[in-house]
Amino acid sequence: MGEAAKTVIFEIERRNSTDEAPYFEKFELPYRLNMNVISALMEIRRNPVTMDGKKTTPVTWDMNCLEEVCGACSMVINGKARQSCTALVDQLEQPIRLQPMKTFPVVRDLIVDRSRMFDSLKKVKAWVPIDGTHDLGDGPRMPERKRQWAYELSKCMTCGVCLEACPNVNDKSDFIGPAPLSQVRLMNAHPTGSMTRDERLNAIMGDGGLGSCGNSQNCVESCPKGIPLTTSIAALNRDTTVQMFRNFFGSDRMVD
Amino acid sequence: MDNREFLMRRLHSLLGIIPVGLFLTQHLIVNHFATQGEASFNKASHFMANLPFVIFLEIFVIYLPLMYHAFYGVYIAFTSKHNPGKYSYMRNILFVAQRYTGVFLVIFIAWHVFETRFQVAIGNAAEADFNMMENILSNPLMLAFYIVGVLAATFHLANGFWSFLVTWGITQSEKSQRMASYFTLLVFVVLSIIGIRALFAFV
Repeated sequence: MGEAAKTVIFEIERRNSTDEAPYFEKFELPYRLNMNVISALMEIRRNPVTMDGKKTTPVTWDMNCLEEVCGACSMVINGKARQSCTALVDQLEQPIRLQPMKTFPVVRDLIVDRSRMFDSLKKVKAWVPIDGTHDLGDGPRMPERKRQWAYELSKCMTCGVCLEACPNVNDKSDFIGPAPLSQVRLMNAHPTGSMTRDERLNAIMGDGGLGSCGNSQNCVESCPKGIPLTTSIAALNRDTTVQMFRNFFGSDRMVD
Repeated sequence: MDNREFLMRRLHSLLGIIPVGLFLTQHLIVNHFATQGEASFNKASHFMANLPFVIFLEIFVIYLPLMYHAFYGVYIAFTSKHNPGKYSYMRNILFVAQRYTGVFLVIFIAWHVFETRFQVAIGNAAEADFNMMENILSNPLMLAFYIVGVLAATFHLANGFWSFLVTWGITQSEKSQRMASYFTLLVFVVLSIIGIRALFAFV
């Protein structure tokens, strides 16, 4: 109180639809303590007037949980992809530049379509198959220490940040990216899931799979959940090395 | 075959080390004879150039693997979108450097082979000997080109060996990959010293 009113400046890359040309708009809003990017976007939505005093349409973005577990609010903030809910204004350099993750098709403004990630999860069979005609009873028990380790891999929220950071995920390549690969390691570690591990390994040995990783390791640096993505990729590299030889020479031990 | 890309990538990784990486190491070590004088180098290069079945050794150990590695490598290099400005982590910078040195090496090696082995093959020179290299490297621009070429090659091999260890699932954990980084740095330094010392022996 008493000092000159502090403000925050945002520079937002906008577009009206997927095929339309992008443009930047600047917004200046009053600073509030502990403000994050989402609360700033809400403020802009309340009063969509640019810095030059021009009235504009409210900025659209995706959000849901607001506590970095859903993965919906990913965007490129000051050049790096991350969740906007945990991007605190106090820790960001101004003007704060918001852009959509253009690795994905941009729907409008900051909203992107992450469908390709869900398609990839289907492609690599990232689930544990238990459906059948009768009750199979309990599956094998998972050792507690293994469960704790697998829990870290299960934190993936399909937010798309690792795909945005990866230099090999782009329109010239069909690489599925680190997130679905790590899910293969998780599902293969599951005692019931491991009964079909060769199916998943063969899926990631297909086009756009594991082979397209170039080891830039941006994924592990960028993952908001701290998932050991590069360790997962290297572990899958070892598994697929064995699988490759089993496929080639034939093996009576396709599943452990 | 739906896993063609996977197998081609694995082959690219394997051939980069065996035989191309081994050949580069051998080549730099043989060149190092130049530091012991003209006669010593000529003896070593004469021995290498007159190995039994040398043309088959060259075709299957050098030309075919190197050409596959080079051409598929150019394809790999041009299908990535580099972003070291925004994501300036060490591994990402090395990732970009691996691609730049790779493309440069295609040009450098093509020129180097044209100037030496190809001239012998078409009969313009009797043998790739000390004099030939002395003539080439007497031009300071060529010397600079060769120094950059040797450093690009030793970097590309050392960093490629690091990726090879990951690609085949040998180094998995963060710690093992970090230790592999230190080891490959050592490989880069040692091979660079051997290569550069040999170059300056011709000057």
